[in-house]
Amino acid sequence: MPSTASSPRASRWARLPIVSQLRQSIGLQRGMLVAGLVLTVIFLVTALLAPVLAPYGYAELRDENGLFGATQAPSSAHLLGTTQGGYDVLSRLIWGSRTALLVILVAVAASIVVGVALGLIAGYFGGWLDRVLVVIADAIYAFPSLLLAIVLAIAINHGQSGMWPGILAAALSITVIYIPQYLRVTRAEVVRIKSEAFVESARVIGAGHVRIMTRHVLRNSLRTLPLILTLNASEAILTLAGLGFLGFGIEPSAAAEWGYDLNKAVGDVTSGIWWTALFPGLAIVLVVLGLTLVGESLNDLSDPRLRRRAAGAEPVEDLLAPASTTQEASA
Amino acid sequence: MTTTSEAPTAQAAAPQPKAKKSGGSLGRYIAVRALLIIPTVFILVTAVFLLMRSTGDPITAAQGGRLPADQLAERIHAAGYDRPLLVQYLEYLGNILHGDFGTTLSDHRPITEVVTTFGAATLELSAYALIIAFAVGIPLGRIAAFRRDRGADAGLRIFAILAYATPVFFAGLMLKLVFSVWLDVLPVNGRASTRAELQLARVDNPTGIYLIDAFKTGDPAVIGDVLQHAILPALALGLLTAGVFLRVVRTNVISTFGAGYVDAARSRGVPERRLLRKHAYRPALIPIITVVGLQIALLLSGAVLTETTFEWKGLGFQLGQYLQARDFVAVQGIVALLAVVVALTNFIVDIIAALIDPRVRY
Repeated sequence: MPSTASSPRASRWARLPIVSQLRQSIGLQRGMLVAGLVLTVIFLVTALLAPVLAPYGYAELRDENGLFGATQAPSSAHLLGTTQGGYDVLSRLIWGSRTALLVILVAVAASIVVGVALGLIAGYFGGWLDRVLVVIADAIYAFPSLLLAIVLAIAINHGQSGMWPGILAAALSITVIYIPQYLRVTRAEVVRIKSEAFVESARVIGAGHVRIMTRHVLRNSLRTLPLILTLNASEAILTLAGLGFLGFGIEPSAAAEWGYDLNKAVGDVTSGIWWTALFPGLAIVLVVLGLTLVGESLNDLSDPRLRRRAAGAEPVEDLLAPASTTQEASA
Repeated sequence: MTTTSEAPTAQAAAPQPKAKKSGGSLGRYIAVRALLIIPTVFILVTAVFLLMRSTGDPITAAQGGRLPADQLAERIHAAGYDRPLLVQYLEYLGNILHGDFGTTLSDHRPITEVVTTFGAATLELSAYALIIAFAVGIPLGRIAAFRRDRGADAGLRIFAILAYATPVFFAGLMLKLVFSVWLDVLPVNGRASTRAELQLARVDNPTGIYLIDAFKTGDPAVIGDVLQHAILPALALGLLTAGVFLRVVRTNVISTFGAGYVDAARSRGVPERRLLRKHAYRPALIPIITVVGLQIALLLSGAVLTETTFEWKGLGFQLGQYLQARDFVAVQGIVALLAVVVALTNFIVDIIAALIDPRVRY
């Protein structure tokens, strides 16, 4: 809700979604948001600049001195060592961010478009269509998402693949899992907004369903979307890694994928080889952490009950003290 | 491993918006809720069937390339996979109604037998994980809420986010690396050592739940062995789930603390500590029950990954084996049967939630 957060005179820059929240936040919350943003930016830059940053290709096995060799400990030639298959861990780490980003983009875009559209239709028209959609969404929502993703991955490419089929399989499996969430959230907002006076008046003027839905209802019901978006982006990475770990990853010659690398590292760990498991795992944790911190902070900032006030005392005392001591600081 | 970020608040615990008018009759709620199982299971089973068969028949998937074309066609015909999809679908639904979820291609075992045999191990692992999640998550969530925005809260929230951000298999691998390989104090994988497995196999009427079977042997060495094997997988899965509970308890204690009845109690002069402990904390635990219901789906996803990491021979491990063998009949059967199990568990959890909290009822 950038418009309520900043004064009308605030510059265009200050009204941008994340910037306005950054200005609004203080203390621990600001720390979390900044940390999340830093991690996310590092992830994005790595993904975009992968060809420049990575010392080798993701499927490279040799340089001018011959083969890299399997499970070489970290050294100056291979900063993070090599894998059992003889790949350079650092290079696969960097290229892996690109795969992760592509999956996030496809999955989030597809589930938003489909989920929001279905939620809009279900909420706006109501009736049996609404009920059917909600029951289907609930059925999918209650089911173990990884199992569903496995089934979808099998359906899309029989479980094995090159880069694009692999990315699409992972992204679409994730899409199907998240459509119910977008549907529910959008539907709830639409049902609320539908009964507002301005929608009524648009109808009285004679606006058609499509115009009311897109101009009046949709625009007002996308408030919570940035939040779900960041959270789902992080869940998309976890699902991709889970699929990869179960052997549904993208072939190592087609693209780098962290979950697949972890799958190959299971045996290494038993023999004390730590670098093949630690680094891809850390990459997953840091990217998910970054996205989650951004999402969480946005959530807290958009919910006044959880927002910490700039002038507020320590909250437990804050609750002890009369309510008048807490004043909302003007942003 | 998914869907954990939005912690349901007390208000959001109701499954459908129309539940807002509080307190319907419990009998009616149970009836409606029971009827809802049918479409849920039907939708999932249909979706799984269509998806699995959308790309061809399972025999080609399993044997494709390894058999000459005429033999392949013969096998497909024998199994009935050359009939129209609708006929196969209706037959599949009919079989499911009779409790027949099919027979695996690779080792010719009925799916129901596979699930009951390996389900015990998954149940055991999930139970340990839930115990750890409760024991760690609820007290920590309470501390985080009581010390809101102080150092302890910040630390605990970071723990919760890290627990969410860490894939369970990565946590498992790191635990294994530290405790089994470097420190060498715990077993690397499996549910018991070979010697203990042999003793367990001799138990009369084995339950498949190793801890119970170990008690039946009466040998403390076997009990110790089984527990040692369970520590790391249970920790990996349990700590990640604990993060979810922590967040739910924290959010709910904070939001109930702002509720009108807490203000009312305060105005009557109830001491602040008592307000937190009795008035805000107790009702905040109710949504936990609903969350546990959602966790069952998540635990199953997590169990598949944890079991694969630790070679814990449960349903998830077995599913991974069938996936690698490209036995899609087995995969389809297990997933369909799990859909039924999940629907039934969610039903039971919802009923318990409705018994405790009348606001949940339709």
